[in-house]
Amino acid sequence: MKIHLHVNGKAHALELDPDMPLLWALRDHVGLTGTKYGCGQALCGACVVHLDGEAVRSCVTPVSRADGRAVVTIEGLSPDGSHPLQKAWVELAVPQCGFCQAGQIMTAAALLKKNPQPSEVDIDTSMAGNLCRCGTYLRIRAAIERAVAEKGKGG
Amino acid sequence: MTARSGPPILLLRRTFLAGLGGALTGLALGSRVGVAGPALPPAVDEAVKAEAAAEGAGLRPNLFVHVTPNGGVTIACARAEMGQGVRSSLPVLIADELGADMRRVEVVQAPGDPAYGDQNTDGSHSVRGFYDALRKLGACARMMLIAAAAVRWRVPASTCEAHDHAVHHPATGRSLGFGELAIAAAKLPVPQDILLRPRVELLHVGKELPLLDGPDIVTGRAIFGADVRLPGMLTAVIARPPVVGGRATQHDASKTLAVPGVRHVVPLPAPQPPFAFQPLGGVAVVADDTWSALRGRARLEVTWAPGANGDYDSSEYCEVLLAAVSAPGHVVREVGDVVRALGSASKRVEATYHVPHLAHAAMEPPVAVVRFDGQKCEVWAATQNPQAARKEVARALDIAPDQVTVNVTLLGGAFGRKSKPDYVVEAALLAKATGSPVRVQWTREDDIQHDYYHTVSTQRLEAGLDEVGKVVAWRHRTAFPPIGSTFTDTTLSVPGELQQGVLDVPLAIANVRAENCEARAHTRIGWLRSVANIYHAFAVQSFIAEIAHARGSDPRETLLEIIGPPRLVGLEELGVQSLPNYDQPLAEHPIDTGRHRRVIERVTDMARWSDREQRNRALGLAVHRSFLTYVASVVSVIRDPEGRLVVDEVWTSLDAGTLVNRERVRSQFEGAVIFALGHALYGEITMKGGATVQSNFRDYRLMRIGEAPRAIHLDIVDSDGPSGGAGEPGVPPVAPALANAIFALTGQRVRELPIARSLKV
Ligand code: FES
Ligand code: FES
Repeated sequence: MKIHLHVNGKAHALELDPDMPLLWALRDHVGLTGTKYGCGQALCGACVVHLDGEAVRSCVTPVSRADGRAVVTIEGLSPDGSHPLQKAWVELAVPQCGFCQAGQIMTAAALLKKNPQPSEVDIDTSMAGNLCRCGTYLRIRAAIERAVAEKGKGG
Repeated sequence: MTARSGPPILLLRRTFLAGLGGALTGLALGSRVGVAGPALPPAVDEAVKAEAAAEGAGLRPNLFVHVTPNGGVTIACARAEMGQGVRSSLPVLIADELGADMRRVEVVQAPGDPAYGDQNTDGSHSVRGFYDALRKLGACARMMLIAAAAVRWRVPASTCEAHDHAVHHPATGRSLGFGELAIAAAKLPVPQDILLRPRVELLHVGKELPLLDGPDIVTGRAIFGADVRLPGMLTAVIARPPVVGGRATQHDASKTLAVPGVRHVVPLPAPQPPFAFQPLGGVAVVADDTWSALRGRARLEVTWAPGANGDYDSSEYCEVLLAAVSAPGHVVREVGDVVRALGSASKRVEATYHVPHLAHAAMEPPVAVVRFDGQKCEVWAATQNPQAARKEVARALDIAPDQVTVNVTLLGGAFGRKSKPDYVVEAALLAKATGSPVRVQWTREDDIQHDYYHTVSTQRLEAGLDEVGKVVAWRHRTAFPPIGSTFTDTTLSVPGELQQGVLDVPLAIANVRAENCEARAHTRIGWLRSVANIYHAFAVQSFIAEIAHARGSDPRETLLEIIGPPRLVGLEELGVQSLPNYDQPLAEHPIDTGRHRRVIERVTDMARWSDREQRNRALGLAVHRSFLTYVASVVSVIRDPEGRLVVDEVWTSLDAGTLVNRERVRSQFEGAVIFALGHALYGEITMKGGATVQSNFRDYRLMRIGEAPRAIHLDIVDSDGPSGGAGEPGVPPVAPALANAIFALTGQRVRELPIARSLKV
């Protein structure tokens, strides 16, 4: 089936199995490998992208559901890594192996869009679906808080 | 310092050290057991130097350092980056010794080649094993640049100095940039004696260094194993026998081959014991893309013969281990007469502890890409051990190792799993069978079900107390299927495993005996971050708190009393003939109880141990030396309104000797706390009918952010002593400190992990 994807502002027309998870369409057919496979079962959050602004787990999102809709991946979150979350992530040296971090940042970005002043509980609740085997959780909390504070300063 | 993300096919991750205003000891995870120390790379490689000089490419005294005529400095990182921060740490040692401007230093990842020295990134020894050797690599280049400037200025070399990417002659105020000197320096003889700078001249080492790959990671540009793309590449997923040593007796691929995109179905050879690094066999589905391969595999019909391990049941096996520690084992440590002392003790304390199998579950499951043209083979893999991958691939393809190039990607986590190259060999066999480049992608289910598991273990401890409560006898029996069983037919663990919390524990006790009880493996056993220290420290440090309780004393005082006064504990006091000591001489890395005591004192001060009794909150303490680093942790546990036990805060004091990158040391110890808490609370792999029961994060539960402690407080002992490890030593004390806190809060003693089995957490 012909699928029309708008990924990071660019249009792609692809002939794909409608059941193919958006994750594999992005990685294998669009050529964007920033979105990661960690479990394939909506259990880890490594594959989170934005679909029309909502955080979704692309490993369980059939590509047909994304047909004609706007997809943003980690590569498109900001043109140059300048999103307040990306900046805070680098400043606080959050990543260890780094593999989960695209999903962490995309989940956090969707959270801040909806809730620019999240409480600690909001952060833990929203980030609960994102595993980090390296155990960077405390820095993830701190980086989200820093991004919120920076945004507040910038008005 | 910068990393440049090259096109994945040609160059993996060339990255600059830019932004290094200020410095990481990142260390390796996983561990080797009973192997020789790291082979160090030579500071001078005449062939490499001559080639660069002949090409006018500038100064390249060895494989690691290259100063180009335009002033660029390229430094090779020969160890694998798995989150421990080696790429942000090791090149800094070389660049600092050289006197380079970090903004002009580019880091390239070395391929797997013995010419780079040992590259097996495990055992927490990347800094420990290489500290001086890496400095020499940079110092050699520095001395040659200085010599070239001295010739040009006709002044003695001793009057020149190198810093800020240039050689300076302070007496006359002259300077020449490294680039201007590179060609002349390349023509000079290499220095006979390589002199290291005084420590104070290393401007970045030991500081908080920026994260080299940070910008690439947060923008999705970093290249992990699964991100490598080759023209014409196919993707394979493999149906592997559910039981180790099992095989496919027949398969029907007709439905698989009907899936659009599926190109080949390839049966793989069944391995012969010992399994070592061999792939597990099974049937591979090779397709145009990942989704087609997955769909194809789901439609494959395979009949499996379970083989010799088909009866393995891990819960029944607990009984086997219990029987093993209930009878005398091989005596591996002996002081005094334990049997008599236990017999005449006024009080005896006894306990048995059990820790289950665990899976590595690195966030990126194993993946490898291989291209093979019939003669030459090129590999891109997330591997901790590129040289082993090279050797195994060469063997599988029946070609010489020098025909195999192994490019190392970022690892996506490893924890010891990715030092076994079975998945790389799978990709090589499939590249050969299909004639196309092949990426083998493990799913999470594959990863959880076909791991080289952390072993399963039972410990029995017995202590005898005299009439005033002093411990006069200590017997420790340990039983676990050894890592060696993966490589030879053995049931006996080796000193490399026993040194991790049995042979090396300082005990100021007159009668001590440790016994090694045999245990047979029924699955592939591998090393997992901090290895045998996990179960030994859990048992020993829980048991000391049990002794404290039995005699009604403060666990901290009891711990300090059992460790005894500050001293260096030699082989005789330990009651052993020899000690591997993580491949380091005891003279250089003694067992120093002063350092044990110091981290205990510091961590209990920091956690306010004297205030430990609070309503609804309790503290637990443990200490452990592993990988030559001393670590003490305090864990606080509270009960939430629903009655669940929650870890609230963790304090860790550590003494790891000299650090390279303080920031990555901190991140390793923070991560170690989460890693260890997750295992202690929920971590468990069970087996039935020889097959792993768990299959994904649904049933192999890891710690999530809401379960993580509110705070982790780290305290690093300042030291210029020899470096210990940093990636692993943070793990062992956490589980016993947690169990001790739970006991203090609830009166319930956890002797079996995970805690979720018996308590509401
Ligand atoms: S890969 Fe999608 S949630 Fe894990
Ligand atoms: S940084 Fe490694 S899994 Fe999160």
